[in-house]
Amino acid sequence: MSEALLPSADEAYSSPDAQGFFGPYGGTFVPETVMPVLSELDAAYREALTDPAFAEELRVLLADYVGRPSPLYRADRLAEATGLGAVYLKREDLNHTGAHKINNTLGQCLLAKRMGKGRVIAETGAGQHGVATATTAALMGLECAVFMGTEDIRRQSLNVYKMRLLGAQVVPVAEGSGTLADAVTAALRHWVERVEDTFYVIGSVVGPHPYPAMVRDFQAIIGEETIAQIATKAIPRVDAIVACVGGGSNAAGMFYPFLRVVPAEKRPLLVGAEAAGLGLDTDKHGAALTKGSPGVLHGFYSYLLQDESGNPLEAYSISAGLDYPGVGPEHSFLKDEGLVRYEAVTDQEAVDAFALLTRTEGIIPAIESSHALALLPRLAAELGPDAVVIVNVSGRGDKDMDIVREAGLGVD
Amino acid sequence: MASTDTPRGLARAFVPGRPVLVAYVMAGYPDREGSLAALEALARGGAGVIELGVPYADPVADGPVIAEAGKVALANGFGLAESIALAAEFLAAHADAPPVALMTYLNPMMRLGFERVAALAAGAGVSGFIIPDLPPDSPFADRWLAASESLGLDTVFLAAPTSTPQRLAALGARSRGFVYVVSSLGVTGERAEVAADLAALVARVREHTQLPIAVGFGVGTPEQAAAVARIADGVVVGSAIVRRQTDAEALEVFVCELVSAVKSSA
Ligand SMILES: Cc1ncc(COP(=O)(O)O)c(C=O)c1O
Repeated sequence: MSEALLPSADEAYSSPDAQGFFGPYGGTFVPETVMPVLSELDAAYREALTDPAFAEELRVLLADYVGRPSPLYRADRLAEATGLGAVYLKREDLNHTGAHKINNTLGQCLLAKRMGKGRVIAETGAGQHGVATATTAALMGLECAVFMGTEDIRRQSLNVYKMRLLGAQVVPVAEGSGTLADAVTAALRHWVERVEDTFYVIGSVVGPHPYPAMVRDFQAIIGEETIAQIATKAIPRVDAIVACVGGGSNAAGMFYPFLRVVPAEKRPLLVGAEAAGLGLDTDKHGAALTKGSPGVLHGFYSYLLQDESGNPLEAYSISAGLDYPGVGPEHSFLKDEGLVRYEAVTDQEAVDAFALLTRTEGIIPAIESSHALALLPRLAAELGPDAVVIVNVSGRGDKDMDIVREAGLGVD
Repeated sequence: MASTDTPRGLARAFVPGRPVLVAYVMAGYPDREGSLAALEALARGGAGVIELGVPYADPVADGPVIAEAGKVALANGFGLAESIALAAEFLAAHADAPPVALMTYLNPMMRLGFERVAALAAGAGVSGFIIPDLPPDSPFADRWLAASESLGLDTVFLAAPTSTPQRLAALGARSRGFVYVVSSLGVTGERAEVAADLAALVARVREHTQLPIAVGFGVGTPEQAAAVARIADGVVVGSAIVRRQTDAEALEVFVCELVSAVKSSA
C-alpha cells in the first residue's frame, strides 16, 4: 500500500465510515466473542497504515518477492479477435503464486506478526488464497491452517498438494455444498475458538469490518499501478476496465484507485463480471449482485443469494473462486450508486474466453479471470471498434487444467 | 427497563437466590409435533425459561448437535415464521408455561422485516429474543430495539470471555430480561469441564448490570449445571437437551434432573 492510500480529507470517494459501512452495506455482525478482536484488528491496521516501516516492508516484499509491478500488456491479437481498438491485460497472473491473492496475504500476515499472533488461518475456494496464505506463512514462519470445502478439494487437488508442501494444514469442510461459503463459516467458527492466538486472513473484500476495507486497501496496488502505467505508456484514452467478482477483491483493488483519484467525467466505465454459472434463469449461479437481495452472511450486510426465510443459498460456478452466495459490501454500494456496473457471465462464456486468450496470446488465464475476459465481445458491441479496454487478469490457469478439460476443451 | 415489568417479560422467571434452568430446544426438530412435545416436556420438567431455537442454514455460533438438528428442521420447512407459529400454539395451550425467548440469527429477522417479526412474536406471546450475531452497538440493533421494545419484547445480548469493560457496559445497558454469558470461547456444545475462570467472568459482568445472568455454552450434565447455578441466576443447557429431543419422555426425565441439580445448588 502506498502513500496515496492514506486517508485524505479532500477525496470524492471515501468509504467506509468508522463502523465499516459503505452506505447501508457492511458493518460487523458476528458473535460477541470476536467483536473485541475485530476492534483490536481495526486499531492495529490503522496504526500500521501510519507507520512508514510497515509500508516499506510491504513495498519491498511486493517488489522483490511477488515481482511487482505486474505488467500492463497490450494484447493486440485478442483485441482483433474481440473487435476492440485495444485491449490491455493487467498481469496479476504473473505474480508469485499465480494470482492477486498474495498482495493481500502479505499485508495481513505482516499485520498478524505485528499483533503478535503466531498462527494464521484462511478459507479458500479455488485454492489460490490458500496457497498464497500458506506461502506467506512459510515465508514469515507462521503456523497455518487452511479451511477448504470437500468439493473444492476435489476440483483443485493440485493446490491442496501445494498447500501441504508449503507446510500448511488443509482442513476439509464437508458441510453444505463443500465449497467456499462453507469454508468461510468453518474458518469463522474455528476463529471464535482460537481468537487469542490466531489471526484470520480473509481472502476477499468480505467478512466483518475492517476486512472489506483492509483487503481492498492491500489490493489497491493493482489499480494504482494501472493508473501509473496508463501514464507511462501514454495511453490516451481508456473506455472501460473489467474485473471478475467473486467476493470482489481483485475488482475492488483495480477499481478503488480509479474511484478515488479519477474524476467521474474522466473515469472509464468500470464493469464487474459475476458468475452466471449455468444461467441466470437457473438456480445454478453465483450472481449475488444481479440476482440477490440485501442480507447478512459471514458478518456483513450485502447483496446475497437467499431463500424466503433468509437462509443463504448454495452458489454455483464452474470457477471455485466465484461460487460464493454473497459479495463484498463495497460492491453492493457501488452497484446501488451506479459507480460500477455488474454483469453476469456463464460457465460456457468463460470457457470460450479462456480458450480465446490462450490461442490468441499464449496466456492461460484462471477460469475466474476468464469471466472478465468474456465481457470483451459485449463491450465491443456496446462501445464500438475503437474502444480501449483494460482487463484485470487476476490469476493464471494452471490450477484449472482438469476443469477445462472436463468442460470439453479437448485438444486431441 | 419498562418492558421487564410487563407480565410477559423474561425477568419474571428470575427470583434472587433461586437459580433456574434455561432450556434450549430446536423448533421443527425432529418435526413439528416432536418439537411441540419437547416444549411441553421442558415446561413439565420445570424449566424456568425456554429458548426456542430457530433453524438457520449458517449457524455460526452453534456446534454440531444444534447445527444438525437445525438442518433437519430446515428440511421440514421450518424458519422464523414457522417457529413463531409453533411458540404461539404452545403458549396458547399452556397459560402457565415459562417465558419463551426465540434464539435466532439476524438474517431471518431481516428477511421478514423487524416490524413484522416483532408484531408476530408479540402476538404469539413470545417474551424476548436472543440474537447471537447482532451486536448491541450496531445500527441494526437500534432499529430492532425500536421495533420490539415498544411491544414489550425483551432482547438479551451476549457477553463473552473476550468482552472489554466498555462492551460489557454497553451490552448490559441494552439487554432486557437477562444477560447471557458465553462461558467459553467457541461454539455451543457440551464440554468436559466448565471453564475454570467462569466465576471471575460472571463477577466482571455483574459489575456492569443489575440484570440476572444466565451462563451457557458447554453445560451438559446435572453436575455442571449445579456448579454453574452456584454463580449464576440461570443455567443454559442446549446441545445436551437437543440430543434428547427426539424422545420427549427421556427429555422430561433429563430436564427434571437438571432442574433439581440447579435448585439444590442454591
Ligand atoms: C484468480 C482468481 N481470481 C478471482 C478470484 C475471486 O476472488 P475476488 O473476487 O476476491 O477477486 C479468485 C478466488 O479464488 C481467484 O483465484
